[in-house]
Amino acid sequence: MNTSDLGIQLLFTLIKILLMVVFVLSVGALLTWVDRRQSAMIQDRIGPNRAVFKIGKYEFRFWGLLHTAADGLKLFWKEDFIPPNADKLLFGLAPFLVMAPVLVLIAVIPFGDVIDVHSITTLACSGAGGHPLTVDHGACVDAAGKVVAGVMPVRIWPAIARFGTPSITTGPIALMIAPLDVGILFLFAMAGQGVVGAAIAGWSSDNKFSLMGALRAAGQMVSYEVTLGLSLVGAMMIYGTVRLDDMVRWQGEHCWGLFVQPVAFILFFAAAVAECKRIPFDLPEAESELVSGYFTEYSGMKFGLFYFSEYMEVVTSSMLLVTVFLGGWQIPFLHPDGLSVELGSATVFSTALPHIWVTILQVVTFFAKVLVVCIFQAFVRWSLPRFRYDQLMKLGWRMLLPLSLANILVTGCVVLLADSATDATQAGLKVAMDVSQGLTALLVVALVVKGVVAMLTPRKRSPWIVGTSARQAFASGGTTESRMQA
Amino acid sequence: MNAFPKKPASPPNAVVVTPEDRSFLVQSYIPEVSRGVAISMKHFFANTREMLRGERPDPVTERLDPGISTISYPEQKRPYPERFRGVHRLTVRMDGKSPRCVACLCCSTACPAQCISIEAGEYPEGDPRHGYERFPVQFVIDELRCIFCGFCVEACPCDAIRMDTGVHAPPYDSRDQFIYHEDALIGFTASDGTRATANPRHEPGDPTFPGITREKIEH
Repeated sequence: MNTSDLGIQLLFTLIKILLMVVFVLSVGALLTWVDRRQSAMIQDRIGPNRAVFKIGKYEFRFWGLLHTAADGLKLFWKEDFIPPNADKLLFGLAPFLVMAPVLVLIAVIPFGDVIDVHSITTLACSGAGGHPLTVDHGACVDAAGKVVAGVMPVRIWPAIARFGTPSITTGPIALMIAPLDVGILFLFAMAGQGVVGAAIAGWSSDNKFSLMGALRAAGQMVSYEVTLGLSLVGAMMIYGTVRLDDMVRWQGEHCWGLFVQPVAFILFFAAAVAECKRIPFDLPEAESELVSGYFTEYSGMKFGLFYFSEYMEVVTSSMLLVTVFLGGWQIPFLHPDGLSVELGSATVFSTALPHIWVTILQVVTFFAKVLVVCIFQAFVRWSLPRFRYDQLMKLGWRMLLPLSLANILVTGCVVLLADSATDATQAGLKVAMDVSQGLTALLVVALVVKGVVAMLTPRKRSPWIVGTSARQAFASGGTTESRMQA
Repeated sequence: MNAFPKKPASPPNAVVVTPEDRSFLVQSYIPEVSRGVAISMKHFFANTREMLRGERPDPVTERLDPGISTISYPEQKRPYPERFRGVHRLTVRMDGKSPRCVACLCCSTACPAQCISIEAGEYPEGDPRHGYERFPVQFVIDELRCIFCGFCVEACPCDAIRMDTGVHAPPYDSRDQFIYHEDALIGFTASDGTRATANPRHEPGDPTFPGITREKIEH
């Protein structure tokens, strides 16, 4: 690796860190808004929309987004209160101990396939008369090895060979911040650290509610950590790797983890929600019982860090879910060299696409999938009631844990069977996996079409005019819609 | 006395309560959770679609329809019913500026909250109305003290005071601002924005004047 190579790698690493951290931070902030407006839409309310930004006589409300900014600003101006009997050092340290593991987690999450800077563009010659020409040291060379005068190479975006390209001078760049070989084990190690911050926050606050919340948080997170890890063991057995990017590549070649590990998907989802301490597992911060649990005593931006890291945890857990079970950056049938719809060994449709566009499309897809899972988590949050603490523990130890162990056993048997199966069965499995990819693509297209059609269909209304005020409103053309609605 | 009386027989119309459904599907939470999330999604997508299309149900005329029927208050207002008793107004004579009030003090007498204060004045000597009627030099209503019973409107013999403005007393930041004087009271219009009345006033000297004075009563 020469110095310019190192420089390029360093530059790309900085860009990757910037991309991921900015995404997690901004989506974390956005999720507070999503939570408010989405809950409002679910519960037939309008939701917060009054924060206003004025330029002259123009008012901008941005659909209530400004409330998030106003909240952040407010937290900076609040008094940073420390209870008199609190442990000052630990009390100040705890918010950072909660925040740090969440930020570190995103280092091993791949958001795109390996790219090769030199394979993005290349020089090519278009020879006169249809003779194929090759490029050699910036000049066009014909089949005999003679330099053709008058024809200059042009820079094009070619389609690269699928699965790895020869490196020219710079090594391939993996689109993940730290391509660690321990992969998912690093994730478990870091995800487990969150409980330390919560426990320290509760202990150092010198408050009964905080201590209760911290105990609950510790108990809950340790219990669900087990399921979180064991539910992924089955996935690791099938993918044959602990590297997250290799897992995604396996899913691109075969089928999404959701279809090979449906039980693990549900177990992991439940455990991830419990790890984020969100409803229905929000016992550590149950408002109706513990004020706000382990961070009851916190104020100002320290409270903001707790609040914010919770939303960031939602983003990182969604990223993990997408990576392991929902195909990561993969789009069904989209390969690094273009789109090719294959069923078993038959190719239905195939077209080449420039590698750079495929990469951009895949990165965008990864972030879109993360957003969809985040929004789905918010749906779960606003639909379910909270568990009782004994129910929570029973669910964790008596249902999720045995189920994840059984899942490992069954997965092991199935993997053994599939490996020793006949070629015909293997081919059948391949067709089934391709069909699952096709069904996924069809489902997404169908949902998008349904959404567009629903957006374009006007709705029939049935006026109900009873009482003089309704009569009066009806006569004057209804209560006028205000600009404030958005 | 039997310590354990026999359980009385169930009435013939008793509803048999089926025991809680504790089947595996219910116990595994998954189908029930999916149903709950599906209901949330239905509401979310329908309401978001209506917001984006600007098709929210009208909060008053379509209030039974599904959807968000919130009234965004200062911008949107629920119309008051026709007979709503709002802030008072003083009706005016045909000239369009002087109050019809003859300062008879019927309203302030009828007022149970004693929120009306009238200072009566006599028309000058030679005016056809001198000795026939008086006029309010000062007509004051304390809207904070008023209980909006409408007795003043009932008591008025001249249709001079009405509560048909369709406006509730607005929130002010000091008590003085709730004390309305005659100029403010004359300034209000009815809820339809006009000062039209079905009771034309016949002034002394008009051809339509019935000709009743204190000195001479003839029909």
